[in-house]
Amino acid sequence: MSLDKATVAGIAHLARIRVDDDRLETMVGELNNILGWIEQLGEVDTDGVAPMTSVADMQAPMRQDVVNDGNYQDRVLANAPAAADGFFGVPKVIE
Amino acid sequence: MAALTDLTLAEARDKLTSREISSRELTEAHIVAMEDARDLNAFITETPERALEVADAIDGSEKGGHLADISSHSGGIGRTIEGIPLAIKDLYCTNGVQTTAASHILEGFKPQYESTVTANMWAAGGVMLGKTNLDEFAMGSSNETSYFGNVLSPWKRTGDDAAQIVPGGSSGGSASAVAARIATAAIGTDTGGSIRQPASFVGIVGMKPTYGRCSRWGIVAFASSLDQPGPMTRTVRDSAILLQAMAGHDPKDSTSVNQPLPNFEAALTNDIKGLKIGIPKEYRMDGMPSEIDDLWKQGVKWLEDAGAEAVEISLPHTKYALPAYYIVAPAEASSNLARYDGVRYGLRVDGDSLEEMYEATRGAGFGEEVQRRVLIGTYVLSAGYYDAYYLKAQKVRTRIAEDFRNAFQQVDAILTPTAPSAAFAAGEKGDDPIAMYLNDVFTVPASMAGLPGISVPAGLSSDGLPLGLQVLGNAFDEETVFRVGGVLEEAAAFTARPQKWWGDKS
Amino acid sequence: MSDTVKAPAPQLIQGATGDWEIVLGLEIHAQVVSNAKLFSGAATEFGAEPNTQVSLVDAAMPGMLPVINEVVVEQAVRTGLGLKAQINNFSVFDRKNYFYPDLPQGYQISQFSQPIVGEGIVHVELADGSVREVGVERLHLEQDAGKSVHDLHPQQTYVDLNRSGVALMEIVSKPDMRSSEEASAYVRKIRSILRYLGTCDGNMEQGSMRADVNVSVRKPGGDLGTRAEIKNVNSLKFIQQAIEYEAQRQVDIIEDGGEIKQETRLFDAGSGTTRSMRSKEEAHDYRYFPDPDLLPLEFDDAFVARIKADLPELPDDKMDRFQAELGLSHYDAGVLVAEREIADYFEIVAAGRDAKIAANWVSGNLFGLLNKDATAITDSPVSAEQLGGLLDLMADGTISGKIAKDVFEDMFASGKDAATIVDEKGLKQVSDTGAIEAMVDEVMAANQDKVEEYRGGKDKLMGFFVGQVMKASKGQANPGVVNQILKDKLSG
Repeated sequence: MSLDKATVAGIAHLARIRVDDDRLETMVGELNNILGWIEQLGEVDTDGVAPMTSVADMQAPMRQDVVNDGNYQDRVLANAPAAADGFFGVPKVIE
Repeated sequence: MAALTDLTLAEARDKLTSREISSRELTEAHIVAMEDARDLNAFITETPERALEVADAIDGSEKGGHLADISSHSGGIGRTIEGIPLAIKDLYCTNGVQTTAASHILEGFKPQYESTVTANMWAAGGVMLGKTNLDEFAMGSSNETSYFGNVLSPWKRTGDDAAQIVPGGSSGGSASAVAARIATAAIGTDTGGSIRQPASFVGIVGMKPTYGRCSRWGIVAFASSLDQPGPMTRTVRDSAILLQAMAGHDPKDSTSVNQPLPNFEAALTNDIKGLKIGIPKEYRMDGMPSEIDDLWKQGVKWLEDAGAEAVEISLPHTKYALPAYYIVAPAEASSNLARYDGVRYGLRVDGDSLEEMYEATRGAGFGEEVQRRVLIGTYVLSAGYYDAYYLKAQKVRTRIAEDFRNAFQQVDAILTPTAPSAAFAAGEKGDDPIAMYLNDVFTVPASMAGLPGISVPAGLSSDGLPLGLQVLGNAFDEETVFRVGGVLEEAAAFTARPQKWWGDKS
Repeated sequence: MSDTVKAPAPQLIQGATGDWEIVLGLEIHAQVVSNAKLFSGAATEFGAEPNTQVSLVDAAMPGMLPVINEVVVEQAVRTGLGLKAQINNFSVFDRKNYFYPDLPQGYQISQFSQPIVGEGIVHVELADGSVREVGVERLHLEQDAGKSVHDLHPQQTYVDLNRSGVALMEIVSKPDMRSSEEASAYVRKIRSILRYLGTCDGNMEQGSMRADVNVSVRKPGGDLGTRAEIKNVNSLKFIQQAIEYEAQRQVDIIEDGGEIKQETRLFDAGSGTTRSMRSKEEAHDYRYFPDPDLLPLEFDDAFVARIKADLPELPDDKMDRFQAELGLSHYDAGVLVAEREIADYFEIVAAGRDAKIAANWVSGNLFGLLNKDATAITDSPVSAEQLGGLLDLMADGTISGKIAKDVFEDMFASGKDAATIVDEKGLKQVSDTGAIEAMVDEVMAANQDKVEEYRGGKDKLMGFFVGQVMKASKGQANPGVVNQILKDKLSG
């Protein structure tokens, strides 16, 4: 399976990364190389094999239903590129 | 008396305890070294004022004094690294101190929180010198992908002063800082070899504990199911001491294991009589330099001389670990890096619309290797390809873990080379990403299985660069890894050190 | 469910080409009742200052990690049990990846292929008494997103993350509903069950419950049509309006030779119409995969059994019991079980008393005054215990039914106990036969002519005599006693 430029552009958009056109060309080759190399996994017999879900054999721990965090708007907004009136600001969205 | 910057962590600890030296003296000596070694570009952010402040406070207080509550260490240990100057990979979030992951997209980001591992270290008395450079988002094996420039190894090839040797990656800054005697010890993170491979490249000890041993809370995530913090030191003993200060159960990390911490330093008995050491035949790779193979054989002999028994084992899915890794890690990364969107922190490149803002921000904020991996990861998770790539890779991963499980029914530890070559020069791997990825061929399998491993410096290549050997252990058996590593270290008696070519030559 | 219950008639749309059937499936998003969020320790309360109920985890700061809230898991299991659904002891949290400013992680942690609750069944009764069985496809846990505010700034959208990470249950129905009435009754029923269980407060105004409505149309019995999904409809009325508008729109398009586009639409409450959502126009590829920060969610049967043991009686069971054991009519039972608070109130009033009388007083007198005052039963000035006290005074003959109504109005206005009011106002019923005999004698003496007529066979005059005696007693004479004495004396 081989990716073309349009597919790579589509993936880049899905990942919300602007890739300039000339760079896109190079990227197509690189990604195809990597995917080609990955193809060798097809040689492994994985019939009936469960995918790994966690490396440690343990159960998910659970937290108690206690409010013990939050209430620090200043810390939440401290690094915001644009914040006003206690909100984060982004370019206007039309729903 | 040896220079303060030559002291190992264990030596410095003893001298601090006996008050032979003060933390200020020790810290100042390292700050001078740090400022003198800027040619190496090992640090993104230096924090000398903070270091001296902490050192002074330690000097002025009784042992176990007021600085930090011992109980705040999640492992519940004492102030075992009190007064020791340390370098922190800039992937650990540090409260109020810029944390970048070596990415433009996080430039200027000042976390309002402290990672669990570093908090544990400060509770144990550690002193932060600064934040070390790395491959951007820990994606790289040579420290050539940092937005803040390449890190250089303090090492030079014999008779070649021109070539700029890479320190390996992704924890290249931490590796160089320890090798160049800028920091007594450092911490890194290992996803597919990011501690062990650079340790091998610069002739230091690098340890990746079992997945779940150290908390990932507060560490910029690359690949969540693989990332694991670990120590980078000049001796195996230092590695054990530092891991003790880092590790422990953290209820804030669902994948952190709730198990009592063994005393790692106490595991260094040098007694490996009767231990079975697995030698995996699949690690003899075509085209591997003979000096790597020779060193490996030498390592086997050292361990046999110490009373261990070498056993040839098979890890049949070894060759598939790397391609499977290059599905799993980018897939997780593509999702983990989605939060860098210019909304709440970090870089924002304005656009007329939201979409434009996202694409411009992430296009400008991520470097080429990060973009490459995010795109690969996005692709392998996308509709119609998930089963063929991601699911397949996770199944192969199960196979890899089974290989190790079978092996550890026969043996106590496994010995392999750490990397398929000595360090190379910047730019030498050209533009072929796969050639670069192959650096991690020996470290990735254990990462995929979540197992602990250590790289111990064991010799020099024909052109005078360090080479490491790797000891792998069963899950949560870091003690055996340290014990075997300690024997290897003693037998190898690696004393070579880089000749100083940077900074003040006097 | 008995076999004799009839299924509802479909709501057909008459088009130019004949009748069209509406096919509806709902995804209800219900905020789980919990103190803290699904994966963080921040509060879930409604209406706080922006970005205050936000932890570093909810803001998706670098390196932050989720840890699941135990009570939320219990609530999901409880809800699953309430929907008589299959509980999955092993489930997996996945990441649903997409970019939006109110989604700080760049992915929503949800459950995709292995949800915590599987298939279940809900019985939905309509106004005409017909019942629709609606299949529940699944229930899964997921994080809520934050809130985008578009109207505070001319060039910017503002983002508040207070809701980010709040636990939601998404309850997905099968496409089993055929009318807007069924859809809204289904939502009402789910809401009632969740409120009985205490797993969701059901407050649609505050957004703690909202529905995505999948609408398609087809010729009756034909293949399923292409559906449109109307997002985030937050009232029962709007659900009905949105369905009716959307179904008609689809019929019009198809009959004009057009095709329905599978898309996400937005309901505009002002115009009662739906429109395509611009922000969702693009085809999505959510790239689901198991969240590597979380282990699979596992619990044993004992965990489920413990929750099951504490399950409250649910509306359907209560309905059956009210009819079978308390002898209430289907209608009365239905009214009383619709809300848990009403049922609870009623059961206190009915305890040890005549259930039918209790039912009449709750659904009649009490509801009448509550409705007039627009007061919820939980805020009723007359407590269930107080109403019970009033009923007791009637039962033991202390006051008559007529007086009781007045006393009740007084209780509602003053909050006083019935006994207090009866005492203060001297409303105690007179049952003393001596006093009543004296009054009867007086009335008979004053109406000799009528006595003669009665004795001559004009039985109907009994009412007149009773009325006169009651009037003389200012309504306080015990009517039963009055009747008896009158009968005796008149026939004597």
